[in-house]
Amino acid sequence: MPKFEYAPAPESRAIVTIEKSYGLFIDGAFTRPRATFPTLNPADETVLAEVSQASPEDVDTAVAAARRAYEGVWGRMSGAERGKYLFRIARILQERAREFAVLETLDNGKPIKETRDVDVPVAAAHFFYHAGWADKLEYAGLSASGADVPRPHGVVGQVIPWNFPLLMLAWKIAPALATGNTVVLKPAETTPLSALLFAEVCQQADLPAGVVNIITGDGSTGQALVEHPDVDKIAFTGSTDVGKAIARSIAGTSKKATLELGGKAANIVFDDAPLDQAVEGIVNGIFFNQGQVCCAGSRLLVQENVHDQVVAKLKRRLDTLRVGDPMDKNSDLGAINSRAQLDRITSLVEAGVAEGAERWSPECTLPAKGYWFPPTVLTGVSQTHRVATEEIFGPVLSVLTFRTPQEAVAKANNTAYGLSAGVWTEKGSRILWMADQLKAGVVWANTFNRFDPTSPFGGYKESGYGREGGRHGLEAYVTTAPATLTGAAR
Amino acid sequence: MVTVSTTTRTAQDLTAQARDVLGVSRLTNHALTSWLHGLPGVDQVGCEARAASLGTRSVKTTSKAWAIDTAIGMIDLTTLEGSDTVGKVRSLCAKALVPDPLDGTTPRPAAICVYGDMVATAKAALGDSGIHVAAVATAFPSGRASMPVKLADTRDAVEAGADEIDMVIDRGAFLAGDYLTVFNQIAEVKMACGAAHLKVIMETGELVTYDNVRRASYLSMLAGGDFIKTSTGKVQPAATLPVTLVMLEAVRDWRELTGSQVGVKPAGGIKTTKDAIKYLVMVSEIAGDDWLTPEWFRFGASSLLNDLILQRQKLATGAYSGADYVTID
Repeated sequence: MPKFEYAPAPESRAIVTIEKSYGLFIDGAFTRPRATFPTLNPADETVLAEVSQASPEDVDTAVAAARRAYEGVWGRMSGAERGKYLFRIARILQERAREFAVLETLDNGKPIKETRDVDVPVAAAHFFYHAGWADKLEYAGLSASGADVPRPHGVVGQVIPWNFPLLMLAWKIAPALATGNTVVLKPAETTPLSALLFAEVCQQADLPAGVVNIITGDGSTGQALVEHPDVDKIAFTGSTDVGKAIARSIAGTSKKATLELGGKAANIVFDDAPLDQAVEGIVNGIFFNQGQVCCAGSRLLVQENVHDQVVAKLKRRLDTLRVGDPMDKNSDLGAINSRAQLDRITSLVEAGVAEGAERWSPECTLPAKGYWFPPTVLTGVSQTHRVATEEIFGPVLSVLTFRTPQEAVAKANNTAYGLSAGVWTEKGSRILWMADQLKAGVVWANTFNRFDPTSPFGGYKESGYGREGGRHGLEAYVTTAPATLTGAAR
Repeated sequence: MVTVSTTTRTAQDLTAQARDVLGVSRLTNHALTSWLHGLPGVDQVGCEARAASLGTRSVKTTSKAWAIDTAIGMIDLTTLEGSDTVGKVRSLCAKALVPDPLDGTTPRPAAICVYGDMVATAKAALGDSGIHVAAVATAFPSGRASMPVKLADTRDAVEAGADEIDMVIDRGAFLAGDYLTVFNQIAEVKMACGAAHLKVIMETGELVTYDNVRRASYLSMLAGGDFIKTSTGKVQPAATLPVTLVMLEAVRDWRELTGSQVGVKPAGGIKTTKDAIKYLVMVSEIAGDDWLTPEWFRFGASSLLNDLILQRQKLATGAYSGADYVTID
């Protein structure tokens, strides 16, 4: 019997230069590295570089630099001029795409095929998209006719997660700059490298000093940034717990905030669905980026009369998934980002099995070093199980069943979250009805995990508030209140 | 599981088997329609995205060498022109026997594919080499002829020694919803084939939708086709990756349903090694490695062979030779 074996096809890591240690990027320049901590390659636990832990004083310096840049140059610049910088950044991202893809894969653990085909091109697309808005904000319909034109808030503090380090940076920085705000951004503790390479891009694009500041560190740095009195707006993507803490800390202040938090999305498969594509959508929904996606389709709700068929097809498909070296161009699944996340996934799956779920994984050999978890399907899951209610944030699918569209909606909405949902059916009218009923910020029909800068993204309930992307995403970064009340007038 | 015998002899047997698969007492057009239209739909966007994503597999070094040799062995080396002559067909056969005079380890293609009147010529030229002769039949490429003519066309080729018959379905009947006519025609041609293997050309470029491709695939398998084939090569688009993906899903699911295996042949427009490798990746990841032999997967192609030989030489020597270092037929 012949067997098609793919020879190793590793992407070269020589394309990107990683410094031994990094300082903070403040006011257009890197500081000297200080109080450093290591960032690891989660695929083999080797140290990639040392990065600096920003202190409250560093945060202060960065915010002050952003304030100066806002008042001195960026806040006064015409939209058309700001747009030029954004276009320039977008083009540089494209030119250096391979570098970014390799660096992101090394630091995050996700497969090179994803960084190459999704993270980096979509990040560039966000800059292109928002570059186009920069000189058209007056016409975005953000303020009532006759009211003031939309104006920036001032200094924006942004804290982003480790699952899409560069892409989340783009989601945050592109709209902030397009609308005339300046930025202090803190990348996640475990994935700071692509943000630091982006700092180089800002230099390469001749972006005025202080418009973008990148400070690395752990949660305490993020807290110092969020609580800094001279920050006008907070944009956060991350866990619901931290999101709640941020909301508490800014209560009673004039700070604006958008929070993009957790999710427990239902991917709903009806019996008339295009089943082969639905299976692809299920796989993409939960195994894309090892399931470390806030909008992951972690709950499969499948109509009971096709449950066995769908699960059989799904298992057969998962047998062909390739788990391994993230730098290999043929790897479909890479490493889990950190030991802490791996432990969380492991303990939640164990809890699921203890509660009665049946656990299945395809045969796959996981590397000896690094943080790895096999693609996992939990069948026989009930609404009451922890694996059906808590966000696992890993390659773990919980399978539940439903009998009628009404029951599907009730179960899908029966969660503290409300970020995304998927509907699979060949019936157009049912798609529209479901989209209307589902309490989720994004509803995908006959597809899943599709991202486009023109489309707003955000959640209901504990998935946060505010929208990112599209015309709606601009709203969070501008004010139409009288000028005397805003940062612009200070 | 419904068991389908592989030693079927009469059209009645095929009809009986079809009734068995459908679970009906009489094989009517209504029964066929309900069954075919009850198959899950194919989402165009998702299907094309899946095919494109399989196309990004990186096949290098040893895997590439293996894939090239495997692909060469799966080619139905084809000439189907009004201008075909005895000389042209003999030349094509000589090419099949010695694909690369510079390298005797180069595998031979699986078959030569010609019009029925050239079967005897090809047979004589290929001798006992083991390379099959496939003949297109049933008023190829349009299929617009009466049944007696189609059957005579088939028998003529079989009597001349064809090992394989590539028939075309009546796309008009299919698109009009007359599935029973399509079924009966395939079943009768299958009978006329005798021991020759039957490839059923669905002309997917005229069926247009993936739903139709899926239905035509099931109908062709139900009626006794040994292979399902995309295209005549005379209609654009001919073979595409997503169409072949739908067909590979069909043969995979058909084997699960009936226990019998059916082959797949994309034909037309596959010209480069890169393309061929994408198809092999798809065969492996969609249908499974069981299909990765000439018995179950073929390429209908003419210029593909020389590109594969060129790439084979490149792997062996490390340098690209050039068009004049591979022979034309």
